[in-house]
Amino acid sequence: MRKPITILVSIDSNSILLGARHFKNYLINRLEHYNLTELVDVLETGSLGRYDQGVLFLLLPDNKMYGIKDTNDIELFVEEQLLKGRPVKELIVEEIQTPKSVEAKKVTEEERIVLKRAGKIDPKNIEEYIAFDGYQGFAKALEMKPSEIVNELKASGLRGRGGAGFPTGLKWEFTMNVNAPEKFIICNADEGEPGTFKDRLIMEGDPHSVIEGMLIAGYTVGASKGYVYIRGEYFESVDNLRNAIAQAYEYGLLGENILDSGFSFDLTVRLGAGAYVCGEETALIESIEGKSGRPRLKPPYPPVKGLFQKPTVVNNVETFASVPAIVLKGAEWFKSFGTPSSPGTKVFSLCGNLVRRGIVEAPMGTTVADLIFKYGGGIEGGKMLKMVQTGGAAGTFIKADEINIPLDFDSFKNHGASLGSGVILAIDDSHCAVDVALNLMEFFAHESCGKCTPCREGTRLIVNILREFSKGRGTLEMLDNLYDIAYTMQNSAFCGLGQSVPVPLTSILDRFRDEFEAHIGADTCPVGVCRFDKKKKKARK
Amino acid sequence: MSFEEVKNTVKKIYEQVKSENLEERDNLINILHAIQEHYGNYIPLEAAEVLKELTGRPLSEIYEVLTFYTMFSTDKRGKYIIRVCKSLPCHVTGGAAVLKSLKDVLGIDYGQTTEDGLFTLEESSCLGLCGVSPVMLINDEAYGNLTPEKVRKIIEEIKEKERSGVK
Repeated sequence: MRKPITILVSIDSNSILLGARHFKNYLINRLEHYNLTELVDVLETGSLGRYDQGVLFLLLPDNKMYGIKDTNDIELFVEEQLLKGRPVKELIVEEIQTPKSVEAKKVTEEERIVLKRAGKIDPKNIEEYIAFDGYQGFAKALEMKPSEIVNELKASGLRGRGGAGFPTGLKWEFTMNVNAPEKFIICNADEGEPGTFKDRLIMEGDPHSVIEGMLIAGYTVGASKGYVYIRGEYFESVDNLRNAIAQAYEYGLLGENILDSGFSFDLTVRLGAGAYVCGEETALIESIEGKSGRPRLKPPYPPVKGLFQKPTVVNNVETFASVPAIVLKGAEWFKSFGTPSSPGTKVFSLCGNLVRRGIVEAPMGTTVADLIFKYGGGIEGGKMLKMVQTGGAAGTFIKADEINIPLDFDSFKNHGASLGSGVILAIDDSHCAVDVALNLMEFFAHESCGKCTPCREGTRLIVNILREFSKGRGTLEMLDNLYDIAYTMQNSAFCGLGQSVPVPLTSILDRFRDEFEAHIGADTCPVGVCRFDKKKKKARK
Repeated sequence: MSFEEVKNTVKKIYEQVKSENLEERDNLINILHAIQEHYGNYIPLEAAEVLKELTGRPLSEIYEVLTFYTMFSTDKRGKYIIRVCKSLPCHVTGGAAVLKSLKDVLGIDYGQTTEDGLFTLEESSCLGLCGVSPVMLINDEAYGNLTPEKVRKIIEEIKEKERSGVK
């Protein structure tokens, strides 16, 4: 029996660090102390998307959101709100401030597609998922022909949410049309793009949506096995997904002859072991095969020849999580969100110098400015916005006066700002463009797998040059060299990783050239971040 | 530890991982994870020899996999492996000062282990906890919204725990 009052505690990898587990236990302890356990249920739920007000407690049926920062807050919450029925105003998080409902006029439940259950259900309980339309899309798919599902997906215009934006329906169609005795479905959960943490929160908050999307994919293309390849460092995601898979088996939603349809599907989790390049789909496939994760030569592409040389659909977590709702509600419904060329919603990861860091699901075509100021609450500490990197480490830098760009799959072509994996990294004016570029390029140098020369040597050379700049030893000629290396890598690197390194590099060089030049021959870093070599002058003479 | 011991252990883990998973053609990375977990936080080099026999794959290939991935180590590491994020979202929210304080308080550089065998410091790329950056992982425990003071406190607490013999 449900008790009259329910308190949902938002527990995810971010909120745990703010004390969520401890607060939950403390709350239960207090409820026992006041003999309230018969009346109040304390349940866990996934991410509510924000972390600036502490750990969020959602009080139902009042629908009040409390932000808990320490155990005193819990005492106050229990004594005032629960015992006396008096809301504690100072702890209540204003509804209007929660990212998901910022657009209060327009917001309806249906606007959230991927995250609609996160923060509402207990991710560890399959029954709550089922009660919330769970596995309905899959049940409907079983009554459709595979070609009908592909057509629905194509009509919906769903494009891959991992970064490349390839049309999902088309990808599935390739694999569906290959005649092969064995095919595979892979979920790319190797979320390593710096600043991206949406997949993690989807897997922690609503793992069954990923399983359901993969089931539909398996049925559509005729695959009977699936793998979820998760980063080795994502401990909570691995636990939640493994638990969800075990439950799905228990309920007959995985395994032999699912729901008496004749369709069988097995699903298992594979762990990454710390390699950014494994986010590239063919490197990921190599890794599942038990090799080092180095990309393959393409073509052939995975939909035709993938895992163990068999046709394989590889999609991102968010893509799979988008599929069930499309099948259930139709392409037209999906197209009512977002822009004509990029329908639907996107889960954005807001990070950097923002007041409210976290994830938010917004329609495609939302502007960078809205993401930063409406959802992200603006820049922290009264500083000014200097630049934004959109799309992840391989994404573009834009300046503060360019943020009115709407983000969708065409924004790179039209406005020079990439959507990528949906990262919005805001950087304030206390940071130096040279230092930012150096940090980023060190990342690429570290993560280059070493297979091809342009990437292995190119990233190393770029770091060397940027280090010279950060020590006050840069020259104009070096700036030209950076562009040369970028050009070479873009045109000759073996895989997407190497080819995309020039994107952030040239965008920051183009937009902050004056700042790079101001480092040349100067005595100090113009922003006061880089530490110049004191011997510089002597060495020059 | 003798070669025999490693051989028996690896064999057991190999069979167990094989039985736990779907019918597999290759399970090497899962097996390596399991071996590393068994030995605490490293994989003895001898394990590669054993895996060569068990999988029928060339030793060079097994070494390659073992050394390609940053989560695997063939060197004995500290009881606590600290993985600190160096990526840009952490860097711009005070990450540089956190890195420095970690190195200072531990007295080691990346890839090194403290003399008492307690801590190994490793640099990591994004850990996907950017909502509470800067962050680090100590074994499988994450710590967020770090400051140099907080880092010192966390390390001190672990040291204290070790000194008093609490497991």
